Amino acid sequence: MSGFRIKLSRSLRNKVHGSWMTVCLVFVISMPVIIAGGLYWKSSVLLHDHGVFSLIFSKEWKPLSGQFGFYPFIISSIWVTMTALILAAPICLLTAIHLTQYAKRWVLKIMHPVIDILAGIPSVIYGVWGILVVVPFIGNHLGTWLGKSVSGYSILAGGIVLAIMVIPFVLNILIDVFNNIPTELSEASLSLGATRWQTIKFVLVKKGLPGIVAAFGLGMSRAFGETIAVLMVVGNVSRIPSGLFQPGYPLPALIANNYGEMLSIPLYDSALMLSALILFVVVLGFNFVSRYIIAACDKRC
Amino acid sequence: MDHTKINISKLNLYYGRQQILKDINAGIPEKKITVILGPSGCGKTSLLRCMNRLTDLHPQARLTGNILINGKDILNTTDDITSIRKMMGLLAQRPYPLPMNIYNNIAYGLRISGRMNKRMLNKRVEHYLRQVSLWDEVKDRLRDPAVALSIGQQQRLCLARGLAVDPQIILADEPTSALDPLSSQAIEEKFNELKENYSIVIVTHILRQARRLADHVIFMYMGEVIEQGPADAFFENPKLEKTKLYLRGMFY
Ligand SMILES: Nc1ncnc2c1ncn2[C@@H]1O[C@H](COP(=O)(O)OP(=O)(O)O)[C@@H](O)[C@H]1O
Ligand SMILES: [Mg+2]
Repeated sequence: MSGFRIKLSRSLRNKVHGSWMTVCLVFVISMPVIIAGGLYWKSSVLLHDHGVFSLIFSKEWKPLSGQFGFYPFIISSIWVTMTALILAAPICLLTAIHLTQYAKRWVLKIMHPVIDILAGIPSVIYGVWGILVVVPFIGNHLGTWLGKSVSGYSILAGGIVLAIMVIPFVLNILIDVFNNIPTELSEASLSLGATRWQTIKFVLVKKGLPGIVAAFGLGMSRAFGETIAVLMVVGNVSRIPSGLFQPGYPLPALIANNYGEMLSIPLYDSALMLSALILFVVVLGFNFVSRYIIAACDKRC
Repeated sequence: MDHTKINISKLNLYYGRQQILKDINAGIPEKKITVILGPSGCGKTSLLRCMNRLTDLHPQARLTGNILINGKDILNTTDDITSIRKMMGLLAQRPYPLPMNIYNNIAYGLRISGRMNKRMLNKRVEHYLRQVSLWDEVKDRLRDPAVALSIGQQQRLCLARGLAVDPQIILADEPTSALDPLSSQAIEEKFNELKENYSIVIVTHILRQARRLADHVIFMYMGEVIEQGPADAFFENPKLEKTKLYLRGMFY
């Protein structure tokens, strides 16, 4: 009898647990949908007024006269992100290869927590460091060296700070990628007369390609969305940057600088919501693309 | 007496402070199948990896002693390690095809060894695929990824890939342990054909496989060579008590 009762209550408990888990799951899954929906709803006023294309490709940002051109901000974001990625990619790849293929095991053991600590430093600190070191370096040294008169607050400064920020993040994934490749695969290549470097180039990088793409895709979406550190060093001038030494004004900085301040201007909050939506869609896009490439590569190799 | 292809003397292998191989003295005869026999963990794989210096990959591994191949020491030499490794084809416990298509798995070693024109390359690839009886099964899908093959086919591909760099020796570490009986048989048959031209070293812990294949046996236990000699004598007339016990299946 008592056994029966336990059974009943257990199945009941399972059901309760089950339904709670379902609720949580639905909540987590619906989060992005709710966010996207909210952003769209808030920005739809502006979208209806101007149309997507004219907003994205228009260069004029004059909120007081009702002109909301996002082009300079989007271009700034792309510039900063690409600069960061181009700077970070070789460093990450070579460091990961060195740590997993050449370094003694204790080096990797020390580096792992170091990388984790670097990844955990709050971005404001990277921003402060950027103002103290990177901006003056570009303004005083690099600028004079290249014979340009620049302030230092520039796309390049943002790119450098961002690169430093995403390096530990990407490096962590890359180390896992290379560590997960079975050593027998390198042994096979070496036993065919390949050198270590040939093995890395032709076999390991190829085998790890989906993971490498994923690492950089995720790093890119992180760089694209990073706000505070970039905002502190990038200059924040709403003009289309024409070079690395020009100031820029990426989307996240636009939102962070202006939200809650100039909302008395008609459509302004709608415009900021739209930039948030663009940010959201782009970051989601990066994620989807990297995942798609992983899936495609998994099938091929 | 046969010509000795590989001559191992006073070989010791340490991983850190742990000694894995203890004073190994052994000879591998030319163009015969030598089976390294012994229970799991006795150091068979380690011994095999010493022979083509894959132990170099482990920074904490330390080797002393000599391994002579064709009379030349490969441990204490300034010779290029890649040319030493190319003398030996390696077959692992499980097939690890390179992350590329079937054709390129064979062509990889050829391309690395030197430039070769397309027609020549095609001919070599076909030749080695035929040598492992894989050609008819894959000739219509040479551009498919190698992982699309069955495990048994993959292992034969790995064998062909090793043969393609024209080695004199084949090192095989329990090459059938991941395979179904039919694929295992196919691999074993290949070894019997290949011993015409290659010196073959096979690691196994399967007694019956050793009996089927071996011309020469090296029996290891706890990092030491206990007994070695021609297969007939070894199986019919083992000299040492430990060997007798092992052959009777008293310990693994
Ligand atoms: N890379 C390594 N580092 C430390 N110990 C190892 C390493 N590889 C093998 N060993 C040790 O060497 C011993 C022999 O292993 P192995 O040669 O794989 O034996 P077998 O192939 O006969 O099963 C085992 O005790 C194993 O733990
Ligand atoms: Mg083994």
